[in-house]
Amino acid sequence: MLVLGITSAIFLVVGGLLVYVLLRYRHRANDVNAHQEPPQIYGSSQIELSWTVIPILIVVMLFLATARIIFATEDAPKPATALDVTVIGHQFWWEYRYPKQGIVTANELHVPVSDPKHPTPTYLTMSSADTNHSFWVPRLAGKVDVIPNRLNTLWIDPEAPGLYLGQCAQYCGTQHALMLLRVYADTPEQFAAWVAHQQQPAVEDPSVAEGRAVFQHTACISCHTVAGTVATGTFGPDLTHLASRDTIASGAVPNTPANLHAFIDNPANFKPGCLMPAMHLNQHDLDAVTAYLSTLK
Amino acid sequence: MATQAPATAIIPQTAPRRLVLDVLHDWVTTVDHKKIGLMYIGYALIFLLIAGFEAILIRIQLAVPNNHFVSPQVFNQLFTMHGTTMVFFVGMPILFGFGNYLIPLMIGARDMAFPRLNAFSFWISAFGGLLLYFSYLGGSGLYGAGSAPDVGWWAYAPLTARVFSPGHSSDYWTISILLSGVGTIGTSLNIVATAICMRCRGMTLNRMPLLVWIYIVMSSLVFVTISPLTAAQIMLMLDRYAGSHFFDTQAGGSAVLWMHFFWIFGHPEVYVLVLPAFAFANEIIPVFSRKAIFGYPAMVAASVGIGFISLSVWAHHMFTIGMTSGANTFFVLATMAISVPTGIKIFNWLATLWGGKIHFTASMMFAIAFLFQFMVAGLTGIMLAVAPFDWQLSGSYFIVAHFHYVLVGAIVFMIFSAFYYWVPKMTGRMLNEKLGKWHFWLFLIGFHLTFDFMHIPGVLGMPRRIYTYEADRGWMLLNMIVSSGAFFQAVATLLFVYNMVWSYFKGPVAGPDPWDAWTLEWSTPSPPPAYNFVVTPTVESRRPLWDLKHPDDPDSHYE
Repeated sequence: MLVLGITSAIFLVVGGLLVYVLLRYRHRANDVNAHQEPPQIYGSSQIELSWTVIPILIVVMLFLATARIIFATEDAPKPATALDVTVIGHQFWWEYRYPKQGIVTANELHVPVSDPKHPTPTYLTMSSADTNHSFWVPRLAGKVDVIPNRLNTLWIDPEAPGLYLGQCAQYCGTQHALMLLRVYADTPEQFAAWVAHQQQPAVEDPSVAEGRAVFQHTACISCHTVAGTVATGTFGPDLTHLASRDTIASGAVPNTPANLHAFIDNPANFKPGCLMPAMHLNQHDLDAVTAYLSTLK
Repeated sequence: MATQAPATAIIPQTAPRRLVLDVLHDWVTTVDHKKIGLMYIGYALIFLLIAGFEAILIRIQLAVPNNHFVSPQVFNQLFTMHGTTMVFFVGMPILFGFGNYLIPLMIGARDMAFPRLNAFSFWISAFGGLLLYFSYLGGSGLYGAGSAPDVGWWAYAPLTARVFSPGHSSDYWTISILLSGVGTIGTSLNIVATAICMRCRGMTLNRMPLLVWIYIVMSSLVFVTISPLTAAQIMLMLDRYAGSHFFDTQAGGSAVLWMHFFWIFGHPEVYVLVLPAFAFANEIIPVFSRKAIFGYPAMVAASVGIGFISLSVWAHHMFTIGMTSGANTFFVLATMAISVPTGIKIFNWLATLWGGKIHFTASMMFAIAFLFQFMVAGLTGIMLAVAPFDWQLSGSYFIVAHFHYVLVGAIVFMIFSAFYYWVPKMTGRMLNEKLGKWHFWLFLIGFHLTFDFMHIPGVLGMPRRIYTYEADRGWMLLNMIVSSGAFFQAVATLLFVYNMVWSYFKGPVAGPDPWDAWTLEWSTPSPPPAYNFVVTPTVESRRPLWDLKHPDDPDSHYE
């Protein structure tokens, strides 16, 4: 606000001066002295000095205020109650790992709300598996780039429960636009329940055994993990609790059976340029796999 | 005199018509700084139309959410090509074109210091531009070829590694930048040598037109900044084809290294582009205010100051990469410091207007709009220098709006101003003032529709370089307004092109000094003969033509 106030004030003063000068000193054709040149003024050291020193003072003030906030944000001490999450950027989705809870999930980040009296901020340690990305949820924090071969950290402390939207903010390839981000700030009870649920192994529903067999006998398992099964790929999102998520394709579309069906049929239906290939399953297998994945609560 | 000239020197009543091939041969082999300057300008104008057209396509795609006007692949090519073209093949050539044309005329010289180097630099830069666009067609049928680069104009590693960009599109990008860099360094060298060594009698450094001063600063910046860019391009080629790992993160290379190399070029590059705009303003604003420039020494000092400070601010493009708090703080201070000399310039221009008699020609109107818009761009620049603010808005549409305010609102406006001012010198014919004012107002409306409203989606969380967005993010109306402004600008630009063509064939004859101006280029005929001056002039002040026109009160008394 300080910055906005100062820049607005400068804008008004200098802009006002410009308008005044343009009106006051415009050339008037009917002036008696219209053909005479105006008095020539070559400069003034005192005036130059004044409009050098005053901006320097403004700059020093702005700089000190800025430096204080930079140090307060970047060097803030980490409380013992903080939650740790590892964020890994992929072309074009997000992987989240909760090392202490043993959870791996994708695209939808769950964190507890942080009561200012007993802060439970979430510390994100971030890196990338491929190109540069940037983690940006505007209402929670500024962005921090997610860079391969480099660990960056960012902390967030949402005070109100709810859904916070964001997206990748560093151009990372063809489908950069739909690398969306959803952060759910849960109440402590909701968050504990979510953690307990995510720690369960995948649901084994006998009614979709056929779909599971198709899934496990195609290339799906070379990229995706379903905990407790032969599917242990790590190139794509973890699907152990896929059906508990609200969206698929990194937030591109709601997680409904119809959308899931269309996405497996050909991912380019929603995300042209994404790295998952169309699997060319026949209609029967496609239906079976969709049914199987829909049971992975 | 004329009656005593030998018969062989008499020019025939009707010159024999020259064949097209003769004319072409003349232009291709010329080493005349004026012809090379005009070729630079013409070449840049063609690329301006192409890159402008790419911008229109981008704005059509973004006008409504979930649009399918172009595919994501094509969209990524469009913004990459738009940015690369505008910076390397529009901005720099057009400014070098004016510099080439004007500097020898302004310092009373007959050509540049190295005329052949001048021609070489132009042709190699021109070849770079053609090569970049050849990538759209290049060798269709070969794997990966036949597609334009799509890595963004700053081409961050490791997206350019072969594993992510397997085709040849980024090679076209790399080589075209390399070639244009060679040409750029050549011309800069030439400009500095010309300004230092070729000045006419009496023109001390202290009497040199401010335009020439600023071109020296700008050219010196080019030496320092194009070199790391060229080095980075060579390292990238080694990575791609010789198995080195400078930027190859899969093998332990550093993505951040590329960012440093790119921005140590990239930020001074902004000043390479904007300093010539200042240079034009320094010549045009005094003439149409009918007053000498206020504070000549302060203007020189501010320009040199900007040159030096601009070399220490590059990492403000990298506030979000997780630098330490100490490093961030340093670059905040350096970035804010540059607003001091820039502020001095704005105040001096205001003081030049103060007490003058301001003539609102098309050229002056563009210059005044430049002044206003550059001030706004400077203020959003200070806001972005505040790192915590930048953590939010870096890489968003707020940034896109900010730097277009500089590049279009300041530089392009000032380039148009320079056209209305100097084209009568270059062709000998005036541009149409009425059309010029239509051009001005349409372009002004379009500019403000587009770039004022573009700030807001950035604040609302819209990142740059996304080919589409969801309807529920609340960005639609703003994007619609932004896109509508693009069409005003397109129409205005076409009016300008029409005005140029009309003026060339039908414009009123300008005469040597249509604006009653004061620098040496207005003392020769329009267009100037190949040798520029019959007798090389001698000057006694900063405004030699003022001295001639006001022998009772010459400037030389006050210096």
